[in-house]
Amino acid sequence: MYMVIKKMVKYIQMSFCSGGYMSQSNEVMFSPELVSFIEEWKTKPGNLIMVLHKVQEEFHYISREAADKVAEMLDVPLASIWGVVSFYHFFKLTKPGKHNIQVCMGTACYLKGGQGVLEELGSQLKIPAGAVTEDGIFSLEGVRCLGCCGLAPVMSIGGEVYGKVTKTQIPKILAALRQA
Amino acid sequence: MAFRNYILVCGGTACESVKSQQIYQNLIAACKEHGVADEVQIVMTGCFGFCEQGPIVKILPEDAFYVKVKPEDADEIIREHIVKGRQVERLLYDKSGSTRHARVEDIQFYQKQFRIVLRNCGFINPESIDEYIAREGYQALERALFEMTSDEIIEELKSSGLRGRGGAGFPTWMKWNFTRQVKNDIKYVVCNADEGDPGAYMDRSTLEGDPHSVLEAMTICGKTVGANKGYIYIRAEYPLAISRLEIAMAQAREYGLLGNNILGSGFDFDIEIRLGAGAFVCGEETALLQSIEGKRGMPQPRPPFPAVKGLWGQPTVISNVETWANVPVIITRGASWFNKIGTADSKGTKVFALTGKIRNSGLVEVPMGTTLREIIFDIGGGIANDKKFKAVQTGGPSGGVLTEEYLDTPIDFGSLVKAGSMMGSGGMIVMDEDDCIVDVVKFYLDFSVDESCGKCAPCRIGGKSLARILEKITKGNGTVEDIDTMRTIGEAMKKGSLCALGQTTPNPILSSLDHFHDEYLAHIVDKKCPAGKCKDLISYWILEDKCTGCTACARKCPVNAISGARKEVHVIDQNACIQCGACYETCRFDAIEIR
Repeated sequence: MYMVIKKMVKYIQMSFCSGGYMSQSNEVMFSPELVSFIEEWKTKPGNLIMVLHKVQEEFHYISREAADKVAEMLDVPLASIWGVVSFYHFFKLTKPGKHNIQVCMGTACYLKGGQGVLEELGSQLKIPAGAVTEDGIFSLEGVRCLGCCGLAPVMSIGGEVYGKVTKTQIPKILAALRQA
Repeated sequence: MAFRNYILVCGGTACESVKSQQIYQNLIAACKEHGVADEVQIVMTGCFGFCEQGPIVKILPEDAFYVKVKPEDADEIIREHIVKGRQVERLLYDKSGSTRHARVEDIQFYQKQFRIVLRNCGFINPESIDEYIAREGYQALERALFEMTSDEIIEELKSSGLRGRGGAGFPTWMKWNFTRQVKNDIKYVVCNADEGDPGAYMDRSTLEGDPHSVLEAMTICGKTVGANKGYIYIRAEYPLAISRLEIAMAQAREYGLLGNNILGSGFDFDIEIRLGAGAFVCGEETALLQSIEGKRGMPQPRPPFPAVKGLWGQPTVISNVETWANVPVIITRGASWFNKIGTADSKGTKVFALTGKIRNSGLVEVPMGTTLREIIFDIGGGIANDKKFKAVQTGGPSGGVLTEEYLDTPIDFGSLVKAGSMMGSGGMIVMDEDDCIVDVVKFYLDFSVDESCGKCAPCRIGGKSLARILEKITKGNGTVEDIDTMRTIGEAMKKGSLCALGQTTPNPILSSLDHFHDEYLAHIVDKKCPAGKCKDLISYWILEDKCTGCTACARKCPVNAISGARKEVHVIDQNACIQCGACYETCRFDAIEIR
């Protein structure tokens, strides 16, 4: 009986939640490392967040297709996955730009002008925080404390930390990244 | 083999982000080039704490303290200091601009500090278990396994007076004792390393600089309460700390200090890392346990407390990183050593992340009972840029704002609460006269609202309502009644919210309403922001006697609101101005005033 219900749930998920598309045609390819990671964690209790981290590490965000696949591999309802993904700030639902600009919104940075840096970046890139530029090169977001408070205001781009950022430095930094 | 010199390079996140890894590599290369590679040991350590001056390089035995070192300085340091024995004057820490202080002990930043938790940070290589062992490491575990009974360990903790460092200050021994007394085959030990408080990085630095201290403490706890499994729940945003923990765990397993049959005692204990995913509420213990279980981090009603019914319904001891880091020292040196430090109700030390408008930003560890004034003015060197002190905020989004009259408050759990704030996890943010209290409080409130999990109504609805009122006040549409409304909502949230996040969300408002009543009234009645921060309540004016007509501001203005011919006084069209402040930042003659 249990198996029957499970199959029904899966059928309903596929036909309604995913808008009726054939999951095969839109299926994402997980790398062998990711697949074996998921296999390894499959039996461990509380594995979902760890698996989602690994998925995001590979794709830089969690797409609907990737979530579908995780649901299938871990045998958990898609709703549970979506519940977790949407709860935690760290998980992203849209693909970030080639250079993801993270401006620290911790208290020390806020006091030293972090908000101004974020606004200036937004006006130069012509996108609001949380968006991606049309050409997909830049995305911009305000993030939680990066913990480099002595260097406030701080931003981080692709792991590189820029400390004591001033508005006047921004055009130069953006230009350099565009060239890269 | 002994070395002639030891070079310690800070490898904390802040220093690493300004290229300390490159400095380390360059120092090694320079040593080889100058033929002194065999005489010098170069170590990448954890955080020195003096982040304002980073990257920091310290050379022993001379105790020379080099600050703001750049990768290209490495060659000079080796050539001059190591080869020729002349300290590189220009890189030594410079306090006043006139006298150069070479030795660490002469530096005021360190003078009033006392390091227990950070005892190894900036001293040992965190990726080497041998260096930890050389500094009394794992002695406490050995004692706990072979010389002490569980009763004795709990008794030792009890008389040490150690209280939880995560914010609430609950006696640590009681948590251990509760869990120990429950009869159950499966028990867990959890380390809360989900340091979400913006502007605080004590736990990250501890894990980056001394990961073994936490592993050792958790193992001791496992033995005491009868648990065989531990979890470290750490923010995914802390990659360096995670990798150092992983290295430390692997080394401990290799040395038989973690895993099955630890040191041949027959006791098994292992630790697993679980990553957080950026939810502030997961710092709350019941929410954190939910998150380890792979679910949304929603707080659960207490009781039952985790000590009795925690992770997967099993008894669980959960403590914060800093609390854990105190445990090995207490066991090794004894409770009677530890409880002499601090005040009557708060023993030991506290680590603070001192940030904001302070001259010496950084990580400080002081004995409990040290006053706020000592931390801000003696250790922190006072306010940067000779501005006037306005307020200090402790406890992050859950804490309160304290004014100058509270500066002589001794720091302990009780005194800070009495003053209207709280210890919190250790964020200490200093504000100067240019900061608007209403604006800062709004910042904290927006943060808490954003982080509310939405489970209980007082937090979900109360927080939003408070945020809306503050928004109204900063836009100049507030009314005097709003103050009473905020008090009413705040008090209701304190009483009615399910977890500490909701209960403490109104704290910044309530404490600032007491201490900065006039500033709220200025926003509400006079429609003015005295600090000149709230955009809708300020206007920019050009001072006729100072304007040189250089046209810089007019060229910078994004809405072309500034007019005036070259070499003539300019004028801002107040109707067109959007208060972006670009002109104010551009003007080199201080000719623009905020009113």
